[in-house]
Amino acid sequence: MAMHAHEIEEMIQAALPDALVEITDLAGDGNHYAARVVTESFRGMPRVKHHKAVYDALGGRMGGVLHALQLTTAIP
Amino acid sequence: MSVNERIDEIVKGNDVVLFMKGSPLFPQCGFSSKAIAILDHLNVAYESVDVLQDMEIRAGIKDYSDWPTIPQLYVKGEFLGGSDIMMEMYEAGELQAIVDAEGLAKAG
Repeated sequence: MAMHAHEIEEMIQAALPDALVEITDLAGDGNHYAARVVTESFRGMPRVKHHKAVYDALGGRMGGVLHALQLTTAIP
Repeated sequence: MSVNERIDEIVKGNDVVLFMKGSPLFPQCGFSSKAIAILDHLNVAYESVDVLQDMEIRAGIKDYSDWPTIPQLYVKGEFLGGSDIMMEMYEAGELQAIVDAEGLAKAG
């Protein structure tokens, strides 16, 4: 059911190779995570596209097995 | 009427609408609760739709916006984002700017 932090990180990293990805396990229960994704490729895109790119990287798990991912995106 | 048409009517018929789990008084999810707190703090006049009361909309809204999670905020017919984006925009002062520019604050 739950996902491991390293799985989340690997999936985001695979889709956005130049991104700096930090995953924090918020509750220590393997189910509530925060992710911070920083990449130059977000430049010029509206925020909603940043988040969409990360959700797409997670291939449909977001909103399914991965309920709680508090996402922050930034440009370096 | 298809679910897509129903959602479209709600989105186009309200200046600000939040699709959420639960009601503004009793949000049923931390993310929906956060979204409500931001809107209330900005004194925005908004409509809310409890997707837990309507399974068709709950499933349909994710296709409508091509966005996998709830809550979802729409302003003037445009999908703005979920609670994380709302928080980022709030902290950057961008939400306040939209509220001011579009005249979305509660009257009085």
